[in-house]
Amino acid sequence: MSGATLGLAPLRALRLPPLGLMLAWAVVAVLLAWAFVPGFFAWQDPLAGIAGRQLEPPSFEHPLGTDGLGRDMLARVIHGARESLLGAFLAVSVGLVFGTALGLLAGARGGVTDAAVMRLVDTLLAIPSLLLSLSVIILLGFGSINAAIAVGFVSVAHFARLSRTEVLRVRRAEYVEAAFGSGGRFLAVLWRHVLPNAMTSVLALAALQFGSAILALATLGFLGYGAPPPTPEWGLLIAEGRDFLATAWWLTAAPGLVVVLAVLSTERISRSLGARRT
Amino acid sequence: MSRHLAQRLGQALLVLLAAFTVAFVLLQALPGDAVLIKFLGSEMGLTAEQIAELRIAYGADAPVWQQYLHTLGNFLSGDFGTSIRAGVPVASLLAENLPATLLLAALAFGTASLLAVALAVLSQLGFAWARAFARSMPSFFVAVPVFWLGIMLIQVFSFQLGLVSVIAPEPWEELILPVLTLAVPISAPLAQVLIRNMDQVFGEPFVAVARAKGATHAWVLWRHVARNALPPTLTMAGVLFGELLGGAVVTETVFGLAGLGGMTQQAVANQDVAVLQAIVVLSAAAFVTISLAVDLLLPLFDPRLANRPAGAA
Repeated sequence: MSGATLGLAPLRALRLPPLGLMLAWAVVAVLLAWAFVPGFFAWQDPLAGIAGRQLEPPSFEHPLGTDGLGRDMLARVIHGARESLLGAFLAVSVGLVFGTALGLLAGARGGVTDAAVMRLVDTLLAIPSLLLSLSVIILLGFGSINAAIAVGFVSVAHFARLSRTEVLRVRRAEYVEAAFGSGGRFLAVLWRHVLPNAMTSVLALAALQFGSAILALATLGFLGYGAPPPTPEWGLLIAEGRDFLATAWWLTAAPGLVVVLAVLSTERISRSLGARRT
Repeated sequence: MSRHLAQRLGQALLVLLAAFTVAFVLLQALPGDAVLIKFLGSEMGLTAEQIAELRIAYGADAPVWQQYLHTLGNFLSGDFGTSIRAGVPVASLLAENLPATLLLAALAFGTASLLAVALAVLSQLGFAWARAFARSMPSFFVAVPVFWLGIMLIQVFSFQLGLVSVIAPEPWEELILPVLTLAVPISAPLAQVLIRNMDQVFGEPFVAVARAKGATHAWVLWRHVARNALPPTLTMAGVLFGELLGGAVVTETVFGLAGLGGMTQQAVANQDVAVLQAIVVLSAAAFVTISLAVDLLLPLFDPRLANRPAGAA
């Protein structure tokens, strides 16, 4: 390393992250705030409609207008963040926990276990993800939690494959050999050395999968397999707004744009964490 | 080579059998009894004996392993079971709905390829704004929900501009917006891989040699880079097929087209497990076949791959 690069290092630390990345974090922060304290942003009730004030165009009182039952659309979009983010969080957790466990098992044990787990992963990847989700939904029934589990089930294969690769990479590292050599037991070494080092790229994948989960949940919601109707859920909002497309297009456009922004932002963040779409 | 072929073939068959097993466990073994689900709660007023007869007729009274072997044998002989809801063989439902979906998927794939190549070429041109645009579009395309895009296209092209009629459209007119809707998300991963490959090929020594010999940017792009960047995109054919099928299901639902999509949605809404089971197994079979074909054909397009040890990809 030359002196010039050393001299530049403090300057680089001061440089701001790219504009797109900052915007992505800002979008995620706003969405999280919507999910945690929706009442702070939306003064109107997302569930109770006002009789006689259906399908009003956007105004100061109702920035996104009112829907077919006279409910404030902005309030419904804001309250929808909780449903979507919670669902995506649950889905990614399912995939992360089960997928990483499978991948760790396969990578650490090797041999027949590895072969069996990886064939299972191949199989899950061979079935189109929407059809796999629908199979789980037909088994569990409709509802927001079941839809989230169905979406998470699909991502188990991705997490398993990545964490197995990472474990194989870390296992060859000298400090892991040293840990074994100094008398570390299998599980202890796995927990203290292999897992933390394999975690970085797994978390980057989790960020990427979070965006995909929002998208998949919205699709299931749109098809009517997610949360039941009065619930404000983005996919369901789009499905409801579709009936009034010709007269009130903003009812469909607004929740869709929010989904696009949410997915774009998580994708940008996961890219900055080092994930690569495969 | 023949040993490699046999190995790959065996692997493909194993994955296919496993996919069948997953579908069987999820859709037939775990839910228990499709016959009970349909007839017990319904208003048909069937007696217990009649239901027992129906269960025997549908083979639902046998132990699970017997059902598994029976269903597997049926699938192998081309009998995909009977739709509980429609009361007709699933095979005839498929024959009725598959052609429309295949047409939609094929047209969308063609459009997506054109779109992806256009973006990839744009990403390699001299204009900075064009490069930035082409490189940011794929992320954007991936983030757009298919169903929402379809609805927005209807709003803009049919309701606002009146270019595409939604009331009693011509057969070809009916397909324009669905094809466009489905093409956008499919083009995104394709464009991403193409752009990545092109960037990589531009850094290869033979490109530098061609440039040194006086070749223009366009000549290098066309003669050297495009030729070398295309074959690797074939490896994602299997994944794209899955996306295409899932996207077609959603697109057909949005546009109210008859096809596999409507069939799938009906099956889920009515818990018609036999139909979904057949669709899942057949799509896995298609995925496995496509992946196998790409694996075996790729060395023909790119002789360098033939020398690589098996399983290195």
